[in-house]
Amino acid sequence: MDIQDPGFWRAGAISTTAVMLVVLAILTIDSLQDIRAGGSHVPKYDVINQQIGYQYDWTRRMDVPVIGGQQLLFGKLYTEAEAHALMRKGKLVIQSRACMDCHTFFGNGAYYAPDLTKAWLDPAWQQIWMPMTAAKTREDAMVMFLMHPDRYPTWGREMPNLHLDESEAQAVVAYLKWMSAVDTNGFPANFGQTQSQQ
Amino acid sequence: MYRSQKLAVRYFVAAVALFGVMIIAGLLSALYYLHPSLLFDVFNFNMAKIFHIDTLVIWLLMGFMGAVYWFLPQELGREVEGIWLAEILFYVFCAAVAVVSVVFIFVQYGGSNEFSLWFINQGRKYVEAPRWAAVGIVVVVLTFVYNVVATCIKARRMTGILWVLVLDLIPLTLLYLDAFPALTNMSTDLYWWWWLVHMWVEGTWEVLIGCIMAWALMDVMGTSRRIVETWLYIEVMLVLGTGILGLGHHYFWIGTPQYWLSIGGFFSALEPLPLLGMVVHAIYDAGAHHMKTNNRPAFYWILAEAFGNFIGAGMFGFMMTLPQINLFSHGTQWTVSHGHFAFWGAYGCGVIAILYIAKQKISGVNFLDGRAWKWGFGLLNFGLIGMVGGLLIAGIAQAFYERAIGGSTLMAFMAGQENPWFVSGMYARMGFGLIFAAGYVVLVYDLLSAGKHAPKSAVKTQAP
Repeated sequence: MDIQDPGFWRAGAISTTAVMLVVLAILTIDSLQDIRAGGSHVPKYDVINQQIGYQYDWTRRMDVPVIGGQQLLFGKLYTEAEAHALMRKGKLVIQSRACMDCHTFFGNGAYYAPDLTKAWLDPAWQQIWMPMTAAKTREDAMVMFLMHPDRYPTWGREMPNLHLDESEAQAVVAYLKWMSAVDTNGFPANFGQTQSQQ
Repeated sequence: MYRSQKLAVRYFVAAVALFGVMIIAGLLSALYYLHPSLLFDVFNFNMAKIFHIDTLVIWLLMGFMGAVYWFLPQELGREVEGIWLAEILFYVFCAAVAVVSVVFIFVQYGGSNEFSLWFINQGRKYVEAPRWAAVGIVVVVLTFVYNVVATCIKARRMTGILWVLVLDLIPLTLLYLDAFPALTNMSTDLYWWWWLVHMWVEGTWEVLIGCIMAWALMDVMGTSRRIVETWLYIEVMLVLGTGILGLGHHYFWIGTPQYWLSIGGFFSALEPLPLLGMVVHAIYDAGAHHMKTNNRPAFYWILAEAFGNFIGAGMFGFMMTLPQINLFSHGTQWTVSHGHFAFWGAYGCGVIAILYIAKQKISGVNFLDGRAWKWGFGLLNFGLIGMVGGLLIAGIAQAFYERAIGGSTLMAFMAGQENPWFVSGMYARMGFGLIFAAGYVVLVYDLLSAGKHAPKSAVKTQAP
């Protein structure tokens, strides 16, 4: 073994890389199982029919989503297929409007606008937008805001009107509700602080 | 000069031009934080941000490709195979960038359908370019790979650096195919998206710039091949040994299993090691050659690359990478601070070093020096460090007031953004951004004029 011989380090580079790739492949197979819709960390899309909360779990020592009883979205019970189609549409809205280049999802994005990981659970919908829009439910307030953000400004940094029609806005709201039920290992911490079930 | 090196110069010109666009878009993005109504509903923040980060990727990619087209014929002593195709595709590449820019400025976004993703905007950070353009980039990169591999085969010769380069180009190309999917599930979407972003930036790009720097060190300081190849292997071993599973620090909060907190935290904590190795390498080489060089600006930019990479990517990354800290620092301007320093240190400085190496050859001078480059070097690095500092102050304020105290709600976000520490950090970023932009102007001036008046004879390998 001559550590001044480039061949020694070449062998080290090849073997280290190979080992790490194998480990990553194994972890990826396992992780993809857990993060598919219906996996241990990511709920099925029809979770939008249920109540979703976010509470501190003393066993895991972190905030975790809590799935409660039935709570219809837009007064409708979605089948799994309908929920999937709604999510597909919601994701296409999110990508086509480049939401990620202002907002963040699971903390990934552009930091100019609020993180949307638990946006469904944000108390601001009840405290600010429901009175402002005169909507009866949180989801209706969200739809009205998403369709006409210019009519409901909250502070200096406004959201532009991205010309969402009602079905597109509803799809985004459904997407945000589903996303709030994803187990994100406690991120964000203390969301809403006194928040229990919504 | 080989035809390949002439093509390299074209790539360098395009890269420097896009570097300028990146700075303008960056200044504009910074300005929105101070004046949110600026260009509202005309050219919103997200479009400026897209320009800023996409031109960042493209100018660095063009810089890397230019560097390889520059050094490859030198390495093998022959013209690059299939160079005519690469020459044509360079113009196709530039035309595609121009068309995408026009669409981003005048169309910006489309309806919620596949057509938008194919022809307007994919809306995935860093890879917003519509799919047709992404297909074009794949074609350009495949041609680039063909150029490198075919030239090696024709020359019937492989060096250690070339082996590393060729093997690195395989994942570099394959990973880019991840620019196309639009998976419904955000968790799986981000899982694969990070394979592209992390494995490019903290994997294949690190190895690629390692190859380029190896050639640069031989060129600028006359370092022996045995030494640079040994260091290259060590770097590859450490970069991929820590970086492949270091991917885990992006898997803390996207819905992935909890074991990523430990794996990601541990391996990312080790990620500074290869970058520290580069610093040791740079100091060792500089010392072994008594700081003698034939190209002083390139030499200093190489040193800046080594230190910038270690501090910006390594130390600043380590500072926020442990999950206990990242829970609060994640998704704040703290990340932006690290991102600016890391991209600049790891790649920006390296590409500029290569620009000066090419400049020296084009000028035909044996010793390149002057005054203007020092101003460019100083202003760019001073501006960058100032921006990073401002963003760090803003980011830490955000981590405390929005994340830790406020609990990351909308109201907490607003409170964080209006916090005086945050606001002053944003003003600092803007001011230092202007200094950085001034440095860019001097850099361009110097690249256009450096060596013009220097004597073309008399070999002078001088100590600074």
